[in-house]
Amino acid sequence: MTGHRWLNPALAAVVIALLLGSLLTGPAGVGLVEGLNALLFGSSAEREATVLIMREIRLPRALLGLLIGAALGLSGAALQGYLRNPLAEPGLIGVSAGGTLGAVLAIHTGLAGLTVLALPLSGLLGAFLAVAVVMGLTGLRGGPLTLILAGVAVTSVCGALTALALSLSRNPYATTEILFWMLGSLADRSLLHAGLAALLILPGLAVLLGTGRALEALTLGEEAAASLGIDLERVRRVIVLGTAFAVGAATSVAGTIGFVGLVVPHLIRPLVGHRPGRLLLPSLLGGAALVLAADIVVRLFGDSGELKLGVLTSIIGAPFFLYLVLKARKELVT
Amino acid sequence: MRLEAEAVAIGLGGRQILRIVSAHVAAGELVGIIGPNGAGKSTLLKAMAGVLRPAGGRIALDGADCAGLARSEMARRVAYLPQSRIVHWPVTVETLVALGRLPYHGFAVEWDADDRVAIDRALGDLQVAHLRKRLVSELSGGELARVLVARSLAQQPRILLADEPSAGLDPAHQLALFRHLRSLAESGMGVLVALHDLSAAARFCHRLILMKDGEILADGRPDMVLTPELMRRAFDVAAVHGTVDGVPVVIAH
Repeated sequence: MTGHRWLNPALAAVVIALLLGSLLTGPAGVGLVEGLNALLFGSSAEREATVLIMREIRLPRALLGLLIGAALGLSGAALQGYLRNPLAEPGLIGVSAGGTLGAVLAIHTGLAGLTVLALPLSGLLGAFLAVAVVMGLTGLRGGPLTLILAGVAVTSVCGALTALALSLSRNPYATTEILFWMLGSLADRSLLHAGLAALLILPGLAVLLGTGRALEALTLGEEAAASLGIDLERVRRVIVLGTAFAVGAATSVAGTIGFVGLVVPHLIRPLVGHRPGRLLLPSLLGGAALVLAADIVVRLFGDSGELKLGVLTSIIGAPFFLYLVLKARKELVT
Repeated sequence: MRLEAEAVAIGLGGRQILRIVSAHVAAGELVGIIGPNGAGKSTLLKAMAGVLRPAGGRIALDGADCAGLARSEMARRVAYLPQSRIVHWPVTVETLVALGRLPYHGFAVEWDADDRVAIDRALGDLQVAHLRKRLVSELSGGELARVLVARSLAQQPRILLADEPSAGLDPAHQLALFRHLRSLAESGMGVLVALHDLSAAARFCHRLILMKDGEILADGRPDMVLTPELMRRAFDVAAVHGTVDGVPVVIAH
């Protein structure tokens, strides 16, 4: 029952290192001491540019990497635990598709051009509407299967409407913008974006971290969990709403960043003895580490800004998914 | 302590599973629920465990309605062992048994001395202590069945509700399990088990509840329930009830 006591501290150290790495990565060569100095102590006449770069460009990007990675990793772990399915990922309950639709509509209608926050707020509205429909469809007493089916249905509808918006778009610039936005990126976000994300992601993370006990009990199935004193309806609401806050905000600010929520809990699960409750905090940290690292790689190898973060995580994630399929097949055979 | 189903009715998908059933189990007795498949045995156990909410009637613990009891309060008094033996993650035996301690803890779960005693005792009582570091995915069906019983005992309940705990066990372990359940009852626990082995029911249970079609046909001493007449009405078989070497046996033919 001791578990791996080093796991969380080690992951936290990696996250801090990557956070610093993220702050120091970019086309403008800024040294470690110089950069942190500018970040923390601010402006003097000769380093005004450095302060601007650190505070307005790199800080929001690093913070968003941290927050969004944490949101994806943790909600992936919580959903996998609740559904007792290692292939579940945060997008399953319709949040990402709803967020994407909202954001795409904001670009399509030109709303996004009005103010900086119009795009993420519209994304949030979409994410929450999608989750409201999923919860309505699931009903009060619906179990995991109903939740998955409702999520799949809402995801398909949102996907179809997003495609419709794309095909109706007469403005080629808007179309390009929509496409790039959908690929997922942390570039060119402001502190305002980071603040909005934090406002929603942090409470989402807090409630999801509180589900550990219930997830542990669900190892025995729903009936035994209920007899151990777990309120299953409440757990479902908390997990769906926590994911809606965390992943809804993440998608609204950064677009779709795939596979993090699927891969991270998977990699960490053996390290915590497959315990769904113990998986939560390391998945939060691991998600943050993965997104921060991927966002550094994107900047190192994609000078021209061609490589999008969401593309990179999918390129890493999709083969991993294949590997999972093959592994599952092997385990079935033996 | 006494757990009681009072005029409980439960319907699922338009079908009436339990029609106004009253049954109870009290401290110090091992009670068996017998009856054909689909009689409502599992549903009655689930209702008494608080897992299924009855449409009518109520479940009472020492006379107080369980609906008004906090879930963790209920879980510290009443343990429920489902018929299904699916464990969703390949955790260790020790971890699985330790889940029985959840009702005693709030948010953060670090096992204290009480927990360790309860876990070790449950593992020992079901003769699975040697398996404690093994993964549940590597166990045989019978081993897993005993580990799951150990989980419900680690809960240290006053009332244990077990749905076919002996199914799939070899004769030696089945015997050991019923002996253990009987000794738990004799040391003050109330134990209610659904079972299909009529001879074991005759031999070990203080009292039997015979169910058919969502109703209770009989509730009483084993020799008063396992009569040829009641067996014919419940199971549609002729049953012979006798003793071999002083051990009661029931044979259907």
